[in-house]
Amino acid sequence: MLVEQKRWMTAEEFNEIYALCQFLPGPNIVNLAAVFGSRMRGATGAAAAWSGFLVLPFCVMLLVGMLYLQYGDLDVLRRALGGIAAWAAGLLIATFAKMATPLFRSFGPAPFVLLVTAGAIGVMRWPLLWVMVVLAPSSVALAWWRR
Amino acid sequence: MKADGDILVILAVQFAIIALLSLGGANAVLPEIHRQAVDLRGWITERQFADMFAIAQAIPGPNVMIVTLVGYQVAGVWGALVTTLAMCGPTSVLAGVLSRTWDRFKDAPWWVTMHAGLVPISVGLVGATAIVLLTHVAVQSIAAGVIAAATAAVAYWTRWNPLWLMGAAGLAGLV
Repeated sequence: MLVEQKRWMTAEEFNEIYALCQFLPGPNIVNLAAVFGSRMRGATGAAAAWSGFLVLPFCVMLLVGMLYLQYGDLDVLRRALGGIAAWAAGLLIATFAKMATPLFRSFGPAPFVLLVTAGAIGVMRWPLLWVMVVLAPSSVALAWWRR
Repeated sequence: MKADGDILVILAVQFAIIALLSLGGANAVLPEIHRQAVDLRGWITERQFADMFAIAQAIPGPNVMIVTLVGYQVAGVWGALVTTLAMCGPTSVLAGVLSRTWDRFKDAPWWVTMHAGLVPISVGLVGATAIVLLTHVAVQSIAAGVIAAATAAVAYWTRWNPLWLMGAAGLAGLV
């Protein structure tokens, strides 16, 4: 919409910003709204785009949260949600596979770092903060050394 | 459902930290949210977490909105507001500030190296999320495992709209 309908930015600009936002911490798409707003109108624009982007989903989620608290124990809902949770897990696995495939094709430390991260968090269930404090500098150092 | 100040502060601090560590987006930190909210503090049950994940994925809007549901469950409307702001606020400021100076260093060797070092971590985090979801979502029944596997296969190899599958999965859960 930003590129094709309103012509507020070029496709190239959009791709660059999108890549940056995927890489930075934080919800990607929310970051994207903030960065886009700040490019258009500075800090005010960022605040406007950011809140405009979040207000509606927030209200919807609040409503759903209330309904869930009230009716979350209904048998019909329980079973439907069970199916949808499995669906969502499947989607996430596909996303992961798509992200991981190019890394496993490359040589170097990337596949190793990926597996260590997944094992430390997913299997060992270690605290994210400590895992990142150790792994992030190590991985960057490895990348520097392999350069 | 009392929203006393202490719990709001805890929510704000925890979720701001999680947000700043969320390389790769909201899906990368689901295991940490799970660890904090279910295992460590007992704010929500295993089942509620699975439900909230399903709801946040199924409803249009950013996936990060699972934190709104968690916050609401823990401390009502204020809880929802605090977790959402903590999760989306600081990192957006960071992104906004960085994007202004980014043109100057996007080709610098240190940035390229940092990028190369951190990308496998962010992918690994999503992999960890997949592991946690599988061990807590799909193990409950064989049917759920089949749904997860089928969805993953279709989403990986075809370009079908995933929402059709969601409808099918929800119906399959009813049977």
